[in-house]
Amino acid sequence: MTTRLRVLDDGAWISVDDHREIRVSELWRLDAPGFCSCDLADLVVENFQEVGVDGSRVEARVYGQCIACGGAGITDWLPVGRVRGGEFVELDRSCVRRTRRE
Amino acid sequence: MSRNTMPTDVENWKSEVYGNEIREHLFEFAERGFDSIPDDERDAWFERFKWWGLYHQRNGQEGYFMMRIGTPNGVLKPGQLRVVGEIADEYARGPGTNPIFGDAYADFTTRQSIQLHWIELSDVPAIFEKLEENGLSTQQACGDSWRNIVGNPVAGKDGQEVIDAWPVIRDLNETFKGDDDHANLPRKWKVSVTGSADGSGQGDINDLAFEPAYKDVGGDDGEGGGDGAEGGERIVGFNVRVGGGLARNEPRFARDIDVWVPPERVSDVAGGLSALFRDHGDREDRYNARIKFLVDEWGPEEVRETLQTEYVDFDLETAGRDVREEYTYNAGEGERNDLIGIHDQKDGRNFVGLNVLVGRMGAADVLDLADFAEEYGSGEVRLSQRQNVIVTDVPDGELDDFLAEDLLEHYSPEPSPFMRGSVACTGTEFCSLSIVETKNRQVRFARWLKENAELPDGVEEFHVHLSGCTASCAQPQIADVSLRGMKTRKDGEPVEALDVGLGGGLGEEPGFARWVTQRVPADEVPGAIANLLESFADRREEDESFRAFVARHDDEELDALVDPEETDYEDPMMHNTKRTWYPYAENDGLEDAPPVPADD
Ligand code: HEM
Ligand code: SF4
Ligand SMILES: [Zn+2]
Repeated sequence: MTTRLRVLDDGAWISVDDHREIRVSELWRLDAPGFCSCDLADLVVENFQEVGVDGSRVEARVYGQCIACGGAGITDWLPVGRVRGGEFVELDRSCVRRTRRE
Repeated sequence: MSRNTMPTDVENWKSEVYGNEIREHLFEFAERGFDSIPDDERDAWFERFKWWGLYHQRNGQEGYFMMRIGTPNGVLKPGQLRVVGEIADEYARGPGTNPIFGDAYADFTTRQSIQLHWIELSDVPAIFEKLEENGLSTQQACGDSWRNIVGNPVAGKDGQEVIDAWPVIRDLNETFKGDDDHANLPRKWKVSVTGSADGSGQGDINDLAFEPAYKDVGGDDGEGGGDGAEGGERIVGFNVRVGGGLARNEPRFARDIDVWVPPERVSDVAGGLSALFRDHGDREDRYNARIKFLVDEWGPEEVRETLQTEYVDFDLETAGRDVREEYTYNAGEGERNDLIGIHDQKDGRNFVGLNVLVGRMGAADVLDLADFAEEYGSGEVRLSQRQNVIVTDVPDGELDDFLAEDLLEHYSPEPSPFMRGSVACTGTEFCSLSIVETKNRQVRFARWLKENAELPDGVEEFHVHLSGCTASCAQPQIADVSLRGMKTRKDGEPVEALDVGLGGGLGEEPGFARWVTQRVPADEVPGAIANLLESFADRREEDESFRAFVARHDDEELDALVDPEETDYEDPMMHNTKRTWYPYAENDGLEDAPPVPADD
C-alpha cells in the first residue's frame, strides 16, 4: 500500500492517509549544524514546506526559528515518523532529530 | 524516494472538481453525514469546501467547521445582521465554551466578513438556505478565487467621499462571484475598491486595489492629472495598484501600475487582471502563487503591458491624480485612524462606529444590535477592516437615545484607546496554523493596558494588532505595536511568546512595522508595552506621533525601550495551547477531544 503524504492548509500540518498527524507550533530539538549557530537547535515549527518518504521513514522540510539564537529558515529533510505495517507512528516529540546525510 | 508536495495535490483536486459544482457534493455529504466523506478523499474535500466558505477547524475539533460569510464592502442590509445573529445562536455552538465570549458568537474580520465556528456539516444546507433567502452568501469566502471585496464600509454615505464605490463593488461582486472563468485561480484574490479619501479600503495590502483619482480628459492636456481641466472634463475614477499582501514574512504593498479607470470600466480591468493572474500565477508552488510574487518578478510595467496587450480591448489611461495625501485610516497620524464614533453622512444623518473588542460579539448582543439598528437607524449595519461595526442612517434626533442604550457600554463609540486599537486574529482556539492563543489574550492585554498604561497628552489612538502566526490575518505589520505568535523558554519550560514590531501604518506613505524585539514571553508583553509608552512620553519631541517617534530611532534603541517585564497581568494560556483540543476547556488535552458530532 502506498502512503498518501501531504502538506496542507498552507503548511499548517502534515496529512498521512487523509489524517492530520503532525502540526505546527511544536518545539523540536535539532542536531543540524548548518541550520543555526547552536549545537542543538530549539526549533519552533512554524510551517511545513514539503513531506516525503524514504523507505519507511517519513520526512519533512520545515520553516522555523531557533528560539535559542533566533536563527530562522528552512531545514533540510528531518524525520517526523515511520510507517509500519501501513500505520503511521509519529516520532517522539522530545527526540533529537538529525538531517539525513546522503 | 518519492516526494509528494502540496501544490500538485491541491491543483489536481481543483482540476477535478472546483467552484460552483462543489455545492452539490457538499450537500450530499451533509445529507448522508460526515462519515460519508470517503476516508481517502477527506483532504481533497476539505480543501474544496473552502470555496463555499467552510474551513475545517484544527485538530482536536474534527468534524467542526469555521463558516465565513462574505459581506461585500462589509454592508449588511436591513435585517441581515439579525439573520447572522439567529444563525450564530442556533448553529455556532460546540463542545467548547469560551470563558470570555460564552457559547455562540460571531467574529467580524479584518476583511469585512463574518466568521462563525463549531458549524456541523449536517447543518450546512439549512444555514445556506437561510443565508441565501436573505441575500447573504458564503460563496468564495475562502479558497482560490475572488474573496470578499473590501472598501470603505460607509461608501455612499460618507461625508468625505470622492466617489461612491458601492455600485462598483456590487457590480464586481455580481460579476465575479460564481463566474466559472475566474473560479479557479492559483491562489486567493483579494480586491479592494475605495471611493473615500481616507484610505479606509486599505488597498495597499490587497492583491488588487482601486483607489480614488481624478483624471482630466478631452482638454489640451490629455494626460490629465493636473488640478484644472482646461477645455476638458475632470472625471473621478480609480487608480490601480497590484500585488499587496502581508503573509509569510513577505509583506508587500500593492504596486502602482500607472493605470486610471473610469467607474464603468473597473470590471473590465479587474477581470483582465484576475485572468492575467489565473494564466500566469505560479500553480506549481503555493508559497509563490500570490500575485505579489508575480509583480516582484515582472515589475509593474510588464504587468501593465500584458494587461493592455492581452487582457483588455481598449486603451488604458495613465494614472490620474490621487488623494493619497489625505489618507488617515490606520495611518498612525492625524484624525480618523478608524471609523469609531459619530460621523456625518452626506444626507445629514449620522453613522455611529462602535468598538467591538477583537471583533467578537455574542449572538445575543448581535440580535440586540440588530434591533437598535432598526429602531434608531435604517436597520443597516456595516463592518470595518478594524473588526468594528457601524450603525448607519441615525438621524440627529435619535442619537441621544441610541447612545444611552446599555449595549453601547460594551460596544462603545468612545472607547479607551487600548480597547479601540486592538485587533486580533483567530489563533489557537480554532486555527491550524496558529502558534499561540490570540483573541482572549488580546482582550486581557487591552483591559490591563486600559488600567495600567498611559498615552502621552494629545495621543488619542494607539493600535496593537496580534496575529497568531506569520499569515498575518490581524494585519500586524500595519499597527503601532505588532505582535506575532512565537515560542520561547521561561525557566526552561516552553511558553507562548510574541515577537514585537513597532511603527507600522498605512497612509500616504505606508510602512511595515520593524520587528525589533523577539520572543517576549506573553505574560511580559503588557509590561513591555507600558514601559515603551513611558519612554515614548519621556523622549517624545513636541507633539510627535508614535510612528514618527519609532521612525527616528534605530532597531537597537527601540529594542531597549521595549523592556519586557512581569507585572500583575496574569496569562492563563502560557502552556502549548495547540496541544489542547480547546485551550480553555477544563480537560483540555487532545486525548479528551470530543468525537465527530453525530448527525442529527
Ligand atoms: C480558521 C481560521 C483561519 C485560517 C485557517 C486562516 C488561514 C489563513 C492563511 C493560511 C493565510 C495565509 C495565506 C497566504 O499565504 O496568503 C491567511 C491570511 C489572512 N487571513 Fe486568514 N485564516 C483564518 C482566520 C482568519 C480570520 C479570523 C481573518 C480575519 C480576521 C482572516 C483574514 C486573513 C487576512 C487579512 C490574511 C492576510 C493575508 C494577506 O494579506 O496576505 N483569516 N489566513
Ligand atoms: S494569523 Fe495565523 S493564527 Fe491567526 S488566524 Fe491567521 S492563520 Fe490563524
Ligand atoms: Zn540556534
